[in-house]
Amino acid sequence: MTKVRNVVIAGLGGQGVLKASDILAGAAFLAGFDVKKSELHGMSQRGGSVSSDVRFGDRVLSPMVPTGEADLLLVLEETQVDINRYVLRPGGCLIGPDVLASQPLKKRKSLNVALLGAASTVLDIPEEHWLASMRTHLAEKLHAMNEQAFALGRAAARRGAPASLS
Amino acid sequence: MNSDRQLLNGDEAVALGALHAGVRLGTGYPGTPSTEILETLDQLGGKAQWSPNEKVALEVGIGVAFAGARALVTMKHVGLNVAADPLFTAAYTDVEGGLVVVSADDPGMASSQNEQDNRRLARAAAVPMLEPADSQEAYDFTRLAFELSERWKIPILLRLTTRVCHAKTVVHPRAPEEGLPEPNFLRDIPARVMIPAFAKPAHRRLRAKLAEIAAWNEAEGPVRHETGGTELGILSTGVSAVHAREAAPGASHLSIGMTYPLPMERLRSFAQSVDRLVVIEEGDPVLVEDLRAAGIPVEGKPEAFRFGELDVARVRRILERDNTPEPVPPRGKPPELCPGCAHRGVFEALRDLDCIVSGDIGCYTLGVLPPFSAMDTCVCMGASIGVGLGLRHVLPEEQARRVVSVIGDSTFVHSGITGIAEMVYNPPPTGHLVLILDNGTTAMTGLQEHPGTGRALDHSPTHKMDFAALARAMGVQNVHVVQTNDKKLSMKDLISDLLARPELSLVVAQQPCVLAAPKIRVYDRAAAAELRAEACAAVADD
Repeated sequence: MTKVRNVVIAGLGGQGVLKASDILAGAAFLAGFDVKKSELHGMSQRGGSVSSDVRFGDRVLSPMVPTGEADLLLVLEETQVDINRYVLRPGGCLIGPDVLASQPLKKRKSLNVALLGAASTVLDIPEEHWLASMRTHLAEKLHAMNEQAFALGRAAARRGAPASLS
Repeated sequence: MNSDRQLLNGDEAVALGALHAGVRLGTGYPGTPSTEILETLDQLGGKAQWSPNEKVALEVGIGVAFAGARALVTMKHVGLNVAADPLFTAAYTDVEGGLVVVSADDPGMASSQNEQDNRRLARAAAVPMLEPADSQEAYDFTRLAFELSERWKIPILLRLTTRVCHAKTVVHPRAPEEGLPEPNFLRDIPARVMIPAFAKPAHRRLRAKLAEIAAWNEAEGPVRHETGGTELGILSTGVSAVHAREAAPGASHLSIGMTYPLPMERLRSFAQSVDRLVVIEEGDPVLVEDLRAAGIPVEGKPEAFRFGELDVARVRRILERDNTPEPVPPRGKPPELCPGCAHRGVFEALRDLDCIVSGDIGCYTLGVLPPFSAMDTCVCMGASIGVGLGLRHVLPEEQARRVVSVIGDSTFVHSGITGIAEMVYNPPPTGHLVLILDNGTTAMTGLQEHPGTGRALDHSPTHKMDFAALARAMGVQNVHVVQTNDKKLSMKDLISDLLARPELSLVVAQQPCVLAAPKIRVYDRAAAAELRAEACAAVADD
């Protein structure tokens, strides 16, 4: 893969946007890619809008996803979908919380990881690295719950078949 | 964190670099985006501590360096204003151990009250400055900074920006330094006692050091040079270097790591090698001005790009001389005081009483937003008290009586205490009221400890400052300590009672931050368990 993959994860403070981008960046890192991830997180715990950029490929330059060049936009909160849509490239893939509509989560807390599960169906990172990165970034007592959420998101996305990335 | 390849943010990379450079002590005051440096240093097993403010942090660092050990001092950009006094004269002294001062600038003001460009302060203080572009350079330059600092016995500024601090990129660490000398006091009065007789030659020494460092930067300073087409050359620094490479892959690129003093001849020959030379720098046109003063013709960016961060799209606009209005991204949801924050009631009372609120930095600045809209001024750390007093001194009595200063606990320790000295020394005719909203942590930067929490950086117990006793000892007439969640307390009644008196009043309104409270309980339990264990061990030894 020579092309850099651009992913933006967005939501509200407290939803786990930064944790999700840490897990994604860690998975890409374990898969051997060059990775850069960046965000503004001074106010992230005060309920405001939060977004995080993750880029991976052979060689990544800027740590920020250029506007209109995101391949994938992952949004954790319905109200945040429209205000973040502008980051997507034409034909880019949007995954919102509605991807889980048919199979709601038992724990809202793991929504971030469930959506990563959905994202894992369109990003070229082997599942083992996703799981390993999750174990690194989450406390041990949360592993089982989040592995279930990841699997659920992965299955839901497969059923709903979101556009694969070209 | 010693493996071959790691994914680190810039702050973590600085901490690892400092640890591998054998740093003896890290000091600083929390401030986004610099805060994680000392927290990481502590987690990696280094010694790190929060100081009450950046001035004290730097002074402690200077002492460490005078003792022959390596010191790392961290702060956000505005913190360097507070630390400017020791910095400007430390530059004249000869430091024995390496002294590296991190200034984390915030172009775009993601979490700051201004977007000052501290490359200006490096020039004003005559202190060399290194500027990494990513985490690998943050690691490398931290280690380099210690070496340069000891070689020339001069403090070194390491300037990070938000997108270096809070961007994770891949780092390949090197073997840690070994065999550093043990700290030892060597008397050197002319090099460290800055009275005029010693400071005059010291200033000449400083300028000579800078000339040598500039020559070093010419010959072997850290630069990245990629030769592309001769049509366009781009000179860039910091994170702008990677934006520029992405925006113009075919151009020739020169990025410099040490941006003060500059390798001017290197820059001159780069300028001569290309038809068009554009400087890509965030913030003020610092390099543009320096190069033009040296007679090197360069193209800068239009004034619109002085504001905010740069990114790939903005760099393309600069290069294409595109002056059409930039697209404005949709506004997100603004942050707010946490729904469960017990201090919300104070802002409700201030709003209902139509107070003129002189505010301060931190979470409580969010009191300016709806539903409270209960803040009228906010300038810098600690300013609530002085600004409130100034308002009281000159406003008509009816207005002066409504002025209240509101400050958080960490901010009070940082810069509020001298405001109380001013209040007691020069009391306004109508008196004054200061509210310390004590949530038991430095909340806005991510729950750091401070001298008022009774816990050190690593959350272990230490002495605890008593704000009420301090205020009484300083001469404040009415001092109240209240719990903001006390059902029997009417904050509104208390405030209106104190405002009615032409006296000096201070209220410490206590209630732990809702985000910190569960953690504080854990620290308290750990401290109690340790005390029990010590007591039992003492009995067993008896």
